[in-house]
Amino acid sequence: MSDAVSEKIKDYLMREFLPGENPDELTTTTPLITGGILDSIAALKLVIFLEEEYGVAFEAHEVNRENLDTIARIVQLLIAKKPAVAQ
Amino acid sequence: MTAPSCLHDYFVRSAQRAPRAPAVIEPGGGAISYGELDALSDRLRDRLAALGVTRGDRVGLYMRKSIDTLAVIFGALKAGAAYVPVDPGAPAARGAYIMSNCAVKVVVIEAEYEANFRSEIEKLGPVPGMFVIDGGAAGMGASTALDSADAKHKAASVKTVEAEPGDLAYILYTSGSTGRPKGVMLSHENAMSFVDWCSETFEPQADDRFSSHAPFHFDLSILDIYVCMKHGATLVLISESLGKDAPRLAQTIADERITIWYSAPSILSLLAQFGDLPKRDYAMLRQVLFAGEVFPVKHLRALCELWPRPRYFNLYGPTETNVCTYYEVPTPIPVDRTKPYPIGYTCSHLRSRVVDDRGLDVPGESEGELCIAGRGVMQGYWSLPEQTAKGFHVDSSGTRWYRTGDIVTEAADGCYTYLGRRDRMVKRRGYRVELGEIEAGFYRHARIKEAAVIAFPDEEAGVSIYAFLSCHDVKHPSLIEIKRFCAENLPLYMIPDKFLWLETLPKTSTDKIDYQRLKVMR
Repeated sequence: MSDAVSEKIKDYLMREFLPGENPDELTTTTPLITGGILDSIAALKLVIFLEEEYGVAFEAHEVNRENLDTIARIVQLLIAKKPAVAQ
Repeated sequence: MTAPSCLHDYFVRSAQRAPRAPAVIEPGGGAISYGELDALSDRLRDRLAALGVTRGDRVGLYMRKSIDTLAVIFGALKAGAAYVPVDPGAPAARGAYIMSNCAVKVVVIEAEYEANFRSEIEKLGPVPGMFVIDGGAAGMGASTALDSADAKHKAASVKTVEAEPGDLAYILYTSGSTGRPKGVMLSHENAMSFVDWCSETFEPQADDRFSSHAPFHFDLSILDIYVCMKHGATLVLISESLGKDAPRLAQTIADERITIWYSAPSILSLLAQFGDLPKRDYAMLRQVLFAGEVFPVKHLRALCELWPRPRYFNLYGPTETNVCTYYEVPTPIPVDRTKPYPIGYTCSHLRSRVVDDRGLDVPGESEGELCIAGRGVMQGYWSLPEQTAKGFHVDSSGTRWYRTGDIVTEAADGCYTYLGRRDRMVKRRGYRVELGEIEAGFYRHARIKEAAVIAFPDEEAGVSIYAFLSCHDVKHPSLIEIKRFCAENLPLYMIPDKFLWLETLPKTSTDKIDYQRLKVMR
């Protein structure tokens, strides 16, 4: 289920970058990079988490604002890389 | 042949000497030779002159780093103007403030930034002339824009201005304590004396390939651009996104056979950790220069182990003087060393001294503020005579000593060690951050009542910035909302790492925010 994937990414983001924040504030469309939540080092950490969690590999050119700016886009990219993620 | 009289002379002479030599490379994009860049910058000089730019004017640069941007820089210098580069990724209001503050005659701007910039600068007064360029590789954006402007009204060819040593070459805006950036005015003589010192110290050759990692609004770019161009070497432009992406950057340094690297230490730390350096060939790399902040020894040691061949130089200096001291790091670095390396010895074109609060020389190896005099020292801050006066200490012989605000000790052999800042300015990822400017940014938020920003030393990141805030309402803005507000109002490197909300901030007896108490509250 992609909902479960969203939840897992959200949990990670809350834990690592938004400690103490009300979980309701972070939605699947909250801007992460343009919204100042993830800087370049944080984005790299997120990518390492996704690679380990889902066994996918990111190309360097994929680590950008277009792909990582919202949870929804991250899920889309994961599914594109590994359709089984959505099952 | 007479000695070069101005900064662009260095470039023009290299172009005359070897017009076909490669001047600039955009990895994955295009390249331009010295002769082509000279011709393109001549056309830009003529266009700027047609737009009214004359000697002593300012030309704004609102562009990402590219071959076009370099052509505009040399075009502006050839037209006799000083260039004023701003970060196109920063909020448009900041760029507009800078352009309006130093009253640029013309702004050369990439098309995608034009609408936002125009709407911001219109709020501030008269709108300067604009020359709009489409972002495109290998100088195509500029030449297309010039062609279409020439088709409407051909710009007359004018002579390149031979600037006087005291004419301004560029104005770099840095974080200001009042919450507004301030413009550091640097002359041709300031820049040339620094470039000549670099020639003497690093002995560059025409077959060198320099990195251009720092953005052009950052003073590290002066070494990259002008030292490279003086010697007819090749400049490899590293874009902002490539510059932060350690694995891709590591590959580019190898692929482009870079020989002289210069950047802030933070990206070098990332390269050591995430660059997978042993996999690639760095036989060409002969010098690694770094400046802008303290390089944590742990990461520097790791880098020196991965790249054992090059010489390593720690360069130190504020924008106001550019590099004023330097230290060659002896390698390999002992495993038990944890103490950061000294900032080193005074550059030969400058003089230095260490003074106390009253401006008197401190005895022996005592702590004091480092002051710098000589040909590399700025003229002052743009239209801020009071701050300029405060920035200098004038001795009995009339020599102007720039007060760096940095506390140092001087060893018997003249080697300086950096201890910390006199005021509230910190360095983060190589950028100067005035904590007061972040606070001023918070006060633009309608719901924020009080803001205090404190920097704490951090072993990993060098410095960790905390914001202590209180707000007018019972429920404070969410962390997401406040981070987004910061992203819209401050450059990314100024966004605090931690946000702490208090009902009200603690006060001193004189009702000022009590920073000492806040320091123990994190």
